[in-house]
Amino acid sequence: MLDYITSYLSSNTTPGQAGNVFWALVYIMIVFGGISVAVMAMNWLERKALAHFQIRLGPMRVGPHGLLQPIADAIKLMTKEDIIPAEADKFVFWIAPLIILCASFAIYIVVPFGPTHAITDLNIGILFMLGVSSLSVLGVVMAGWASNSHYPLIGALRSSAQMVSYEVAMGLAVVSAIVMTSLHGLGPYGVGVGTSGTGTLSMIGIVQAQQEQHVWFLFKFFPLGFIAFGIFAIAMVAETNRAPFDLPEAESELTAGFHTEYSGLRWSLFMLGEYAAMIAVSSIAVTLWLGGWYRPFPNTLTGDTWDLVFSLFPGLTFLALAAIAFVGVRRMPKHPYFRVQTIGLAGFGAVLGLIGLILFVPPVRDRIQDIYWFIAKVAGFMYLYIWYRATFPRYRFDQLMKVGWKVLLPIGIGVLILTAILGVVL
Amino acid sequence: MEQAIQPGMQPVATTFFFYLLSGLTLLSGVFVITRKNPVHSALALIFGLLAQAGLYLMLYAPFVAGVQIILYAGGIMVLFLFVIMLVNLERSQREERFNKQWVVGLVAAVALGVLFVVVYVKGKALFPYRIAQPLENSNTQQIGVMLYGQYMFAFEIASLLLLVAIIGAVVMAKKRI
Repeated sequence: MLDYITSYLSSNTTPGQAGNVFWALVYIMIVFGGISVAVMAMNWLERKALAHFQIRLGPMRVGPHGLLQPIADAIKLMTKEDIIPAEADKFVFWIAPLIILCASFAIYIVVPFGPTHAITDLNIGILFMLGVSSLSVLGVVMAGWASNSHYPLIGALRSSAQMVSYEVAMGLAVVSAIVMTSLHGLGPYGVGVGTSGTGTLSMIGIVQAQQEQHVWFLFKFFPLGFIAFGIFAIAMVAETNRAPFDLPEAESELTAGFHTEYSGLRWSLFMLGEYAAMIAVSSIAVTLWLGGWYRPFPNTLTGDTWDLVFSLFPGLTFLALAAIAFVGVRRMPKHPYFRVQTIGLAGFGAVLGLIGLILFVPPVRDRIQDIYWFIAKVAGFMYLYIWYRATFPRYRFDQLMKVGWKVLLPIGIGVLILTAILGVVL
Repeated sequence: MEQAIQPGMQPVATTFFFYLLSGLTLLSGVFVITRKNPVHSALALIFGLLAQAGLYLMLYAPFVAGVQIILYAGGIMVLFLFVIMLVNLERSQREERFNKQWVVGLVAAVALGVLFVVVYVKGKALFPYRIAQPLENSNTQQIGVMLYGQYMFAFEIASLLLLVAIIGAVVMAKKRI
């Protein structure tokens, strides 16, 4: 038994590939917990950042700078009365948030946080991710229909039309990145990752293809990779129903769209699913175009010195966060009322600093690097989501459809064809 | 290093999952035809199809499983919308479910049952027993090479058919182009 557990540590694959059930379960637990914590952090960050965009303070009451606000929210949502409308379809109403939640979390089975840090590496990785994430629209439509009310139904129909339209553009952008995995710039049968010049759909394989070709797919065939990435970056915002494409829950027209009738824990499941899906599609974008877990500038800034410098980044990030926390401690009002909060913030800063120091230890440093760079890139996308929401006004529905079908789709097809031609010619 | 020889995922508790997934498929199949509410039927249908995708995974055909999920998620979505927009739910709830064609139904059921029994009894002789080759690691690549190499012609014809369907839909939906 013990041997079964330790034997995985010496192998060099993901737990799913090694067929080790114990470690697969451990990874699933870690990913599930990590995503839940990330969703809570994202919730706080979004409210805080949006507030600062709009020159407000945002949550300030619960904990220093509202740091404990997500926990307070979670407790509130869990203890709130759970209402099911009298005329609602009970079973469908009950199962809809679960479908969204399962679909959003199932995506993480194949997300590669590092060369061996994924739950498993499926041969159909990216196909699996797209398929499972498209299941969540079912949950949205079910929720809207089962509520037996007008606003949710309209929201659900809007959502389905929007997701079906943008999935097409998204798929084309993804395919043009997958085509790149098979090309080495050596003609049609260049050295691919798989056999006989074919590319790969596996998430780990895609990142390794970028390493072998010494280029992030973002910069491959210069404007082409960039355009494909742009199409994906637009489509993924529409796929997750976020501003400026948040028509299914446009509060000025539909109160809250498909989840108007939901309350309490069920509503929080929708939120959890939405944020988990946001992180998931961001990690698709990072994997396909931004080199996954590889550090920036692997070609120009090479050598042991640069390796060392880049490996210090995780620790430095945490130290910077700790420094921000200590600045916050200094700026706290010197009033007895704020004493507990000041001590709490100082403690939080100390914990962050300690984590930063631990991350400087060489064995930890080497192991954490891949995960750090992956998460850092994804975090950049998460900030973009907040930024979009604060910046762009909401689209009208016909404009949304026009962008999807008349702009993104033709450009996507053009990029795909050009990528294939360039790959064969060059 | 056994893993170097067979790097694919090793299935766990195969028998259990086989019966679980097949049971789920059958159960949701029954629900599809017995539910009075068409929305529930559509829901049962997608559960059945997802369970089927799981069976494909167990047969070392991940590509088929993935395509099954993608296609049917979208397909059932459309079915759902048809149900919501075209079917009068309140009337269909009150309507009778099955028409009374007992004789035809009985004949079909008996024929199918006989077929099952024959396959069960003679199956070992009809279909040679073989363990599936776990081609999991290159499954998608091989399908791609086959489709765009050996079966290129059939593939192109199929895509032409789809193109005709698309053009037909556009012509029917838009009178003035």
